[in-house]
Amino acid sequence: MSHIWSMVFQRLALGFLTLFIVSLIIFGATELLPGDFAQEILGQSATPETVAALREKLGLDQPMYIRYFGWLSDILRGDFGESLANGQPVADLIGRRLGNTLSLALYAAAIAVPLSLGLGILAALFRNSFFDRFANASALTSISFPEFFVAYILIFLLAGREGLFPSISSFRTDPSFTEYLHRAFLPALTLTLVVTAHMMRMTRAAIINLLASPYIEMARLKGMKPMRVIVKHALPNALAPIINVVALNLAYLITGVVVVEVVFVYPGLGQLMVDSVAARDMPVVQGVALIFAAAYVLLNLTADVLATLSNPRLVHGR
Amino acid sequence: MSRLSGSHGISRRGVLQGATALGTAALITPYGTPLRAAPKRGGTLRVGMAHGSTTDAMDPGTWEADFMIFQAHTRNNYLTEIAADGSLVPELAESWEASADATQWTFVLRSKVEFHSGHKLSAEDVKASIEHHLGEDSTSAAKPIVEGITDIKADDLTVTFTLSNGNADFPFVMSDYHLPILPAKDGKIDPTTQDGCGPYKIASIEFGVGASYVRHDGYWKAGLPYFDGIEQIVIHDDAARQNALLSGEVDYIDTADLNTVSLLERSPGIEILAVTGTQHYGLPMDTRAAPFNDVNVRQALKYSINRQQLVDTILNGFGSLGNDHPIGPGQRFFNTELEQKAYDPDKAKFYLKEAGLDKLDVDIHLADAAFAGAMDAGVLFAESATAGGININVVREPNDGYWSNVWMQKPFAGTYWGGRPTEDWMFATAYSEGAAWNESFWSHERFNELLVKARSELNDDLRREMYFEMQDLVANQGGTIIPMFAAYVGAYSDKLAKPDQVASNWRNDGHRIGERWWFA
Repeated sequence: MSHIWSMVFQRLALGFLTLFIVSLIIFGATELLPGDFAQEILGQSATPETVAALREKLGLDQPMYIRYFGWLSDILRGDFGESLANGQPVADLIGRRLGNTLSLALYAAAIAVPLSLGLGILAALFRNSFFDRFANASALTSISFPEFFVAYILIFLLAGREGLFPSISSFRTDPSFTEYLHRAFLPALTLTLVVTAHMMRMTRAAIINLLASPYIEMARLKGMKPMRVIVKHALPNALAPIINVVALNLAYLITGVVVVEVVFVYPGLGQLMVDSVAARDMPVVQGVALIFAAAYVLLNLTADVLATLSNPRLVHGR
Repeated sequence: MSRLSGSHGISRRGVLQGATALGTAALITPYGTPLRAAPKRGGTLRVGMAHGSTTDAMDPGTWEADFMIFQAHTRNNYLTEIAADGSLVPELAESWEASADATQWTFVLRSKVEFHSGHKLSAEDVKASIEHHLGEDSTSAAKPIVEGITDIKADDLTVTFTLSNGNADFPFVMSDYHLPILPAKDGKIDPTTQDGCGPYKIASIEFGVGASYVRHDGYWKAGLPYFDGIEQIVIHDDAARQNALLSGEVDYIDTADLNTVSLLERSPGIEILAVTGTQHYGLPMDTRAAPFNDVNVRQALKYSINRQQLVDTILNGFGSLGNDHPIGPGQRFFNTELEQKAYDPDKAKFYLKEAGLDKLDVDIHLADAAFAGAMDAGVLFAESATAGGININVVREPNDGYWSNVWMQKPFAGTYWGGRPTEDWMFATAYSEGAAWNESFWSHERFNELLVKARSELNDDLRREMYFEMQDLVANQGGTIIPMFAAYVGAYSDKLAKPDQVASNWRNDGHRIGERWWFA
């Protein structure tokens, strides 16, 4: 087991390096965008004097590297800084919305992962049957539409005038658990439809790939039921690629849902990122970018650890 | 109403309020009966708004978009108020008077006005609230409009402003949304405060998401407001916002998508609110740069644009024709004698010849950030201009950073103005020489002279004469094409009731829907 721990530590260290590089790239990229915070926030009503005064007040008149290292040293002390726009601590701004984003991702994953694994296994079992073709076709159809279109269709079918579900999931007060499930159902379902195809087809392909192996042939010759062959014998060996795809999709659920947030008025991190980039609110942009990057790093790490654990040859090293 | 071109027959149903002539209510009631039940109290108004960013802030000096401006009028009061008919009425100031040269203005405040926190309104609060926007290190967007104030004296309930130059419209300036009266402490306001003396208290606010308000029971306006509370929800997506109204998640939306508004109109229980006031879209040319430095070239371009087509297609009929000056038909000194420019390629050719050209090639730099539909408007303009021998190349610019990199940087671009309540304010902001936002870099001696003269003139007849001439000058000598005045188009559930006249100075009944509307 010890080499797994050393892998985890090594990967975590590399993860920090990744985060550092990401922060550097994001900072540089935002600097390259035309206009700065003072100009953007004053917009059409900017005058040279007010822009200059605002820059001075916020320290934007400092050279780029000084601002970057100032930010970096704060981050290393665990201080995310304050929003340039309204002085709210970035940690607070992100904290609230990160909770929302994670719960939506979790909600969608709780539907999507069992659904796609189940469908994938069944599709492998009944491969080339009508069921297999139908499941594939509908999953591919829903992934092929842009997210907002899927969202509109769901609103049209399930919200509307005497709708079962609310068309906007905006909640101003903390909802109870069941109320949350009700209000956030449509965005979760939209995300489910968007990510299911990828995971389902990977499950199906990974299993079918194994079905030609001699040990499966052996199991079949022993007279095992097809379902048992797949679940007991094929699936454990197909887990590694499936776990990786699941992790990739989970990361997507955290970082890539801004369109769904906008359509369903769901207050998550995506909109925060978009607004902050538009206003060049650097500390918030950096903070959110770090969270997104960290989500990818951690999920990939988890996937690798789980994939390793699913393979006895790697767990019990020679 | 005649200036509302309605190819869609807007007046057919719904309530539409057109160009608000001062004092003459231009209103068509839906069923022809002016009878209304008396307003009653109760209910929570849920408002869906198209704007609102996580980068909004409480500081009044940063307010620019509708979410915060709505918040401002819901939570705060101002010294003066623009009434629904466009006239100026007292709010926190009970009365005011000016010195003969209009350089000194004395406002007498109402007694017994209380802030939500219980703090009593005094002249010190007014002084501190205005001073927040003044001074060298001011970062306020309102700095240019209060810059003329050289001194503020506060004495119990009397505030005296001394101005560097006479300004007959100064009380109008005090109604600007950046200038709410906030409680002062030790001579300064706390710009992050959520206190105010308006009709509602803030219960909670989350920028870019929404805000909740509850009624301020000690509000000084007797019987107001009618709602128990207000929920303000940011819904950026047009379809989501309209769906929210249709499914009853909100009672009112501030912006309806012009492309689908006719569908929305057909839904039962939904009414459309369209108000044309001072909001206008323009195409400023840099009058210092060739070829726009020749007034004949500018005139040729002004006759090459098909205004009616733009109103019909870009605004879907929700607006009126512009005449290349920024004064709306509802304003006090709107020039009624000025001939309306129309699409006329022959005239365009004539002016080109005057400029010594037989054809003209220009680039126009546009993005939809300038105004909704700006790209399409540019293409239509290019198309109609070819008949007059003008070849316009429409350059698509990114929305992001438009105001810092394109507007007033490229010689020919697009712009929009929410408009200003007075002629002087509008002209001084965007047409006077040296003004920070003089987007056409226009400098016209006679115009600038008239502007200063009219500002301190207290005789209305003389002022009218001067403003008429100034509108003529801007329209026929100036550097901005103003093809259309755009209506504010929103929609609401018929459970809501509204007063006979709806203000046209801003969206949302002058952003005062919270104290002017009620549940039927």
